Amino acid sequence: MAEPPLLELRRLRKQFGGLVVTNDVSLSVPAGEIHAIIGPNGAGKTSLIHQVSGTLAPDAGQILFAGRDITRLPLHRRVRAGLARSFQITCIVPGFTALENVALAVQAREGSSFRFFRPVALEAPLNDAARAALEEVGMGARAAVPAGSLSHGEKRQLELAIALATRPRLLLLDEPLAGAGPEETERLIAILRRLRRDYTIVLVEHDMRAVFALADRISVLVYGRVIATGSPDAIRGNAEVRAAYLGEDEALPEGVAA
Amino acid sequence: MTAPGALLRREAVPLLVFLLLAAAPLLGFSHSHELTLMARAMILGIAAVSLSLLVGGAGLVSLGHAASMGFGCYAVVILDAANIVEAAIVVPVAIAAAALFSLVTGAVAIRTSGVHFIMITLAFGQMAYFTAASLAPYGGDDGYTLYARNTVFGRDWLQDRMAFHYVCLGLLVLAWLLCRVLLASRFGRVLRAARENPQRVLAVGFNPYPFRLVAYVIAGAVGGLAGVLLANATEFVAPAYISWQRSGELLFMVILGGVGSLHGAILGALAYVLLEEQLAALTEHWRMIFGPLLILCVLFLRGGLAGLLAPREAARHG
Ligand SMILES: Nc1ncnc2c1ncn2[C@@H]1O[C@H](COP(=O)(O)OP(=O)(O)OP(=O)(O)O)[C@@H](O)[C@H]1O
Ligand SMILES: [Mg+2]
Repeated sequence: MAEPPLLELRRLRKQFGGLVVTNDVSLSVPAGEIHAIIGPNGAGKTSLIHQVSGTLAPDAGQILFAGRDITRLPLHRRVRAGLARSFQITCIVPGFTALENVALAVQAREGSSFRFFRPVALEAPLNDAARAALEEVGMGARAAVPAGSLSHGEKRQLELAIALATRPRLLLLDEPLAGAGPEETERLIAILRRLRRDYTIVLVEHDMRAVFALADRISVLVYGRVIATGSPDAIRGNAEVRAAYLGEDEALPEGVAA
Repeated sequence: MTAPGALLRREAVPLLVFLLLAAAPLLGFSHSHELTLMARAMILGIAAVSLSLLVGGAGLVSLGHAASMGFGCYAVVILDAANIVEAAIVVPVAIAAAALFSLVTGAVAIRTSGVHFIMITLAFGQMAYFTAASLAPYGGDDGYTLYARNTVFGRDWLQDRMAFHYVCLGLLVLAWLLCRVLLASRFGRVLRAARENPQRVLAVGFNPYPFRLVAYVIAGAVGGLAGVLLANATEFVAPAYISWQRSGELLFMVILGGVGSLHGAILGALAYVLLEEQLAALTEHWRMIFGPLLILCVLFLRGGLAGLLAPREAARHG
């Protein structure tokens, strides 16, 4: 029997009043794939990520993770099951150092946190794992800096490190490049390219250059509906996609190296 | 990382306060009136520190913390009426009762947040207050005068004001140390993170609820201990001890002292009791000065008294 896809959405549906933000979305992401979700503003990309990660309950449909129905599993249990996410709007603990932000995530997977007496700041195994995750995103040197005073791009990197520290099988990244400057964008793309070796990734991103450089497959979401799914080349050549979203001759990177 | 020197400097203010309190009776502040005043400040300090664990540590602003003190007070009263005055029995019973009350009420209250949490804790506190007022066998509204202070392993040490002073101080140090250690632990890290950003805590795989509930129960237990001391200090207990005004006072001490650090609550309690005392001696309309003074403190002392005394780097939990 074939292995089930790591993530499978079956006819997922979500409505805010009269507004259908997720309209019968079916999607399947095999292990090892980078699956990009693109679409115009307000298409429902974040809402979709919210439903997969567990912050928003769908009205109908199913979410399967490694073959297991997780539709009703609360957020924190999904994380434990191996599903990590980054947020479109940066979500860190500003008063903690970068290291402590990541160590919190390590702590979540390493033994019980109902430990009351040992000073956690001195727990070497937590700190070592946290430092390794920071290194993985190139933030090793910034470990001791309070997260609140990191630059915007660094906060995005920190979020990645936090997600990695939960040892996920699937990473849900909601616009990891949003608001990053050109240099930061380059750095983040390089990091994502490295991560693709070890993780399955669902990537929501507006930066088309990054999307076409990184994605194995792309789904295009318009008004809550998936209008096309396919390889970057297929999406680039899809007339409906061009009409609905990409605009007639809008700069679709032709020769971007993958 | 934590050389003794660095530790000493970081905790310089609380250590100094404890030292001063330890030295005060030896430096001439040993009249019964002065000892009474200091005992009161230290006892309220214990309650305030435990409240600070909730407010500053966990972000749970409770307006019903006096109720847990009430369980301590009334444990003393009820056992006294049954001729049980041994601290080795009274203290565990009081702590257990206060912890149980916190567990039951916290289980409900912690499901809410913000203003709702404040209102629910207030409501539970008032329930405890009215229950106490209706306890006719224990004096109801008029209160209950203890036959004597509790004994410690059969000895009447607590009768001695000087000994009582050091008992209160010892327990104050212990309460502070306990909360300090808790906040620095794995448990405390989850609490602190959930205060700053609950979404982040969920997204790394923690449900903050059980952590908050445990903190709430621990704070209640420490409050119960403070209640036992309060009953022993005054040898009298009345429902007024646990009214919502008292909860408000405790919250005030925490804020006055500085929400960002545990010892702030102790500074807040000391300042509150001393100020109250001084002003009351000055004029019978002292509350008219006290109120505005407190408001000014809140407005202009950001970081509270602890922030004022912090050596350079701002004092903060953790
Ligand atoms: N809680 C909510 N209640 C009502 N409407 C909502 C809610 N959340 C999102 N929406 C609406 O749903 C639609 C989809 O929003 P969503 O944030 O998922 O879009 P998006 O594709 O992520 O957009 P962007 O590219 O701007 O991030 C938008 O029209 C938005 O206004
Ligand atoms: Mg979005």
